Amino acid sequence: MLNKKRNRESGEIDGSSLADIAFLLLIFFLVVTTIDVDTGIGLVLPPIPDDIEPPPVRERNLMNILVNAQGMVLINEQPAAINTIRERVREFVNNNGADPDLSESPDDAIVSIKTDRQTPYNVYIDMLDEVMGAYEELRHQASMDRFGVPYSSLERQSAQREEIQEMFPKRISIAEPDEG
Amino acid sequence: MSKFKKKQAGTKQGVPTSAMPDVVFMLLIFFMVTTVLREVELQVQIEYAQAENIEKIEEKRLVSYIYIGPERLSGNRLGETRVQIDDGLIEDMGEIRNIMYDKLMEEPRMIVSLRVDQDSEFGIVTDVQQELRHANALRINYSTRRDI
Repeated sequence: MLNKKRNRESGEIDGSSLADIAFLLLIFFLVVTTIDVDTGIGLVLPPIPDDIEPPPVRERNLMNILVNAQGMVLINEQPAAINTIRERVREFVNNNGADPDLSESPDDAIVSIKTDRQTPYNVYIDMLDEVMGAYEELRHQASMDRFGVPYSSLERQSAQREEIQEMFPKRISIAEPDEG
Repeated sequence: MSKFKKKQAGTKQGVPTSAMPDVVFMLLIFFMVTTVLREVELQVQIEYAQAENIEKIEEKRLVSYIYIGPERLSGNRLGETRVQIDDGLIEDMGEIRNIMYDKLMEEPRMIVSLRVDQDSEFGIVTDVQQELRHANALRINYSTRRDI
């Protein structure tokens, strides 16, 4: 009796709806997924200074950019338009000792950025964008001269990319904020 | 003519679908792995600034976010500029130091992405940056969008 009953049942699970279930899950994950990548301007903050005196920097190797509360940009205390920053930074970094007022070498050149408490954020980003653009152009130029390919096409962590990065290191410093 | 007809009749119609579940499962697993399910609920309003020379953050797992913008109040009003980390608004700036320090201990290669509303003043960003420096979380990224 018992034996007979067992024989009538099929021992397998019906698998034909498996695809439907998988499809349902697939559609859920398709809808939920956001593939867009984060983009932004990367920067490394200076560490909190210790009691040790920072090494002295010669004045010619330092480019002071101040964005004040009115959203005006001052390069070395002289007002400058945002769209001239890129050119100024390029000249400053890639001077190689030619002009006595500009940097000695790209390795020594430091761009120091200072802001006020009331500085509008978008002006600051525009300014930073221009500075980054200057470095990007210099690196692109160096990469074209050296390897004949654009800097952006060099692979990450490749020897060539690191070589170019060493030629034009981004020495961007955020100045200490004023007290109060 | 008849020759052609015969050949056509001989071909089997229809694509075999027996491998379809496998394909679907493969896609499913791909999307399951790539999905980041939980994005925080924003309590501050953020409109990104735009910039051209931006870089992609390839490794999303290294990123932790700090949101800075005017607080969203009920009835579409906007309040004071506030700082949000994860799901909570920061009441005291000194908290940021501890939160970020803990996060840095978990992931030493952490990148802090600052998502700041473009109409903010920079003072609050400076405060956050000072806290990050105290926490020794020095790699930051100002989140921006590319001009369209």
